[in-house]
Amino acid sequence: MNPLVGDQPFPVAARAAVRDEQLRANLEHATRTIRAKRAQVVSEVDDWEALREAGSALKADVLARLPELLVQFETAATAAGAQVHWARDAGEACALVAGLVHAAGADEVVKVKSMATQEIGLNEALAEAGIRAVETDLAELIVQLADDRPSHILVPAIHYNRRQIRELFATRMSGVDPATLTDEPVVLAEAARRYLREKFLSATVAVSGANFAVAETGTLVVLESEGNGRMCLTLPETLISVVGVEKLVPTFADLEVFLQLLPRSSTGERMNPYTSMWTGVTPGDGPRQVHVVLVDNGRSDTLADPVGRQALWCIRCSACLNVCPVYERVGGHAYGSVYPGPIGAILSPQLTGGADRSLPYASTLCGACYDVCPVRINIPEVLVHLRQSGVDAERGHRSAERTAMRTLGWVMRDRRRYAAALRAARAGAAPLRVAARLRGRSTVRRLPWPLSGWTASRDAPLPAPESFRDWWARSHGRA
Amino acid sequence: MWAVRIGLFVTCVNDLAFPRTGRAVVTILERLGHEVAFPPEQTCCGQMHANTGYRDEAMPLVRRFVAQFAGFEAVVVPSGSCAAMVRDAYPRLASADPALSAQVDALTPRVYEVSELLVDVLGVTDVGAVFPHRVTYHPTCHGLRLLRLGDRPLRLLRAVGGIDLVELPGAEECCGFGGTFAVKNRDVSAAMLADKCTGITGTGARYVAAADNSCLAHIGGGLSRRRAGVSAVHYAEILATR
Repeated sequence: MNPLVGDQPFPVAARAAVRDEQLRANLEHATRTIRAKRAQVVSEVDDWEALREAGSALKADVLARLPELLVQFETAATAAGAQVHWARDAGEACALVAGLVHAAGADEVVKVKSMATQEIGLNEALAEAGIRAVETDLAELIVQLADDRPSHILVPAIHYNRRQIRELFATRMSGVDPATLTDEPVVLAEAARRYLREKFLSATVAVSGANFAVAETGTLVVLESEGNGRMCLTLPETLISVVGVEKLVPTFADLEVFLQLLPRSSTGERMNPYTSMWTGVTPGDGPRQVHVVLVDNGRSDTLADPVGRQALWCIRCSACLNVCPVYERVGGHAYGSVYPGPIGAILSPQLTGGADRSLPYASTLCGACYDVCPVRINIPEVLVHLRQSGVDAERGHRSAERTAMRTLGWVMRDRRRYAAALRAARAGAAPLRVAARLRGRSTVRRLPWPLSGWTASRDAPLPAPESFRDWWARSHGRA
Repeated sequence: MWAVRIGLFVTCVNDLAFPRTGRAVVTILERLGHEVAFPPEQTCCGQMHANTGYRDEAMPLVRRFVAQFAGFEAVVVPSGSCAAMVRDAYPRLASADPALSAQVDALTPRVYEVSELLVDVLGVTDVGAVFPHRVTYHPTCHGLRLLRLGDRPLRLLRAVGGIDLVELPGAEECCGFGGTFAVKNRDVSAAMLADKCTGITGTGARYVAAADNSCLAHIGGGLSRRRAGVSAVHYAEILATR
């Protein structure tokens, strides 16, 4: 199964999700809390808009000279003792990582939370190669124990409440005494800590992603909250980092912008608790073998689209998920991709060459996502652009929608056809108006297909007895 | 006050189903001493086509709008999303055609939503209306985030005599309309609508006002289905009352 493509179109998956009341309650509580935290800490920063401008300008610059910066990164990282590998797609990346783990003589790896490894389906690929991957981020661990998929970029277990997590730990986590395990957050965290500590101390290979890769110095950067990342990045002998090619920043000083933008936008903190940076191998400190796997996996194709490429600016903060009224009601699984929400709706279809054409329509174009995006990705613009690409790709295929759109376009292009259509709608609605008036109302409860999609959950307005243009002609004479 | 010749783009939705809104705009502007013109060749701005991915069908409508309204000092549009279509999307749609692009760039700064025209161009906040009812206001998304109307509609409503204007909880959250979204993703749309209706009925308002009759048709349809006893009304109709 491709981690970027679901097995159902969005409206079908969303229908089931919307009806899951427990899920709705969990999501509403979680997104509301994190939205308020973000709004608070963002409002404290006087130059927030300037920071956003700087963030998007830096990312645009990186994408404009990506090949040059990638080679610069490879040169710097190699000089510092890292080994840099290149992967065209998910399959190549997974095979590279599995080969490196085998070469290190390990059959278990500890993992730092990473979207890139989720995107390439690394855990499943490693399992097939006989290697067990242990997620060490608390939320990723919950999802892994449940045999589930992440439903949020930052908070993968956002669809669970603590009662559900307690049940999972009690039944699936080794070394836990169900009799003493309560659903208090402190108790649950302590259980996970005991379980993971053993893994950190025994693991010889760790796998991470990276939030940023500095071209100038060959440095990788990971931001996290729990300290599990720091354990993985420092204790094992071998460290393998899977990094999307768009994660580059040109210079070390450029991190200044992103280290302000990311924590405030994602966790709603002024600063994240742990920021780890490493540059190749440091003798006597940390891993002896440092590997970096640079992954394309559809990014070059995305880069080729002048409008769509801004999706590659994304720093995976998930602020857009937390403000999205659609995400809040359906959760991440309905999007079918490890990248859900507004950013997922523009990123997943591009990385997969348009595998799911329903995703760009999974939005009302309300624009809340664009307002909070720390790197100013104009998500509504890209959504409309991808809708356009989908319609263009289907050109020549007949559909009820295309016919309706073309007919309506033909009517609207001509004043007489338009005026005639207004009259026809009014005449057609006349019996409905009489029926509505008999019920003492001005709206209709039930209309035939395709308008039944409207009246399923709301009454419909009726054409007015006199159109505006007829009123104007009567009251002001013909213009 | 000087008189301005204002072109009215009434929008196809208002022309067909909500002519009272267009009549209200004419009433307000004529009361203030301005001349309103209604170019009869106007039809639709092309928003639904463009936002659903049908650019080829939208382009003739873009050209049509530009041809009809290029000569006006000011153009008023009683719909936040149609005004936003012209101001936000037309420049992008026209970018491939330099001649059209130049016309669009010249015209779009003079295209106003009703509250922008009244407050910014004509310098009015009190239009002399009287509406002794409890009203709550829903700031529609394109008015809020594309036009950045801010509190202009609220300033106009606050000046209405006798009005009891109450705040809508979660006001800035989308109502779930989203054009074809309402039908393509009807379950999510209905869930968003349910929450918006709950917020509205909780205020005890008799009327919910907004700057966009397409969102209001969705909200009003939800309220009517619930027999909530709340009417959805374009705020211009409140401003036109005496």
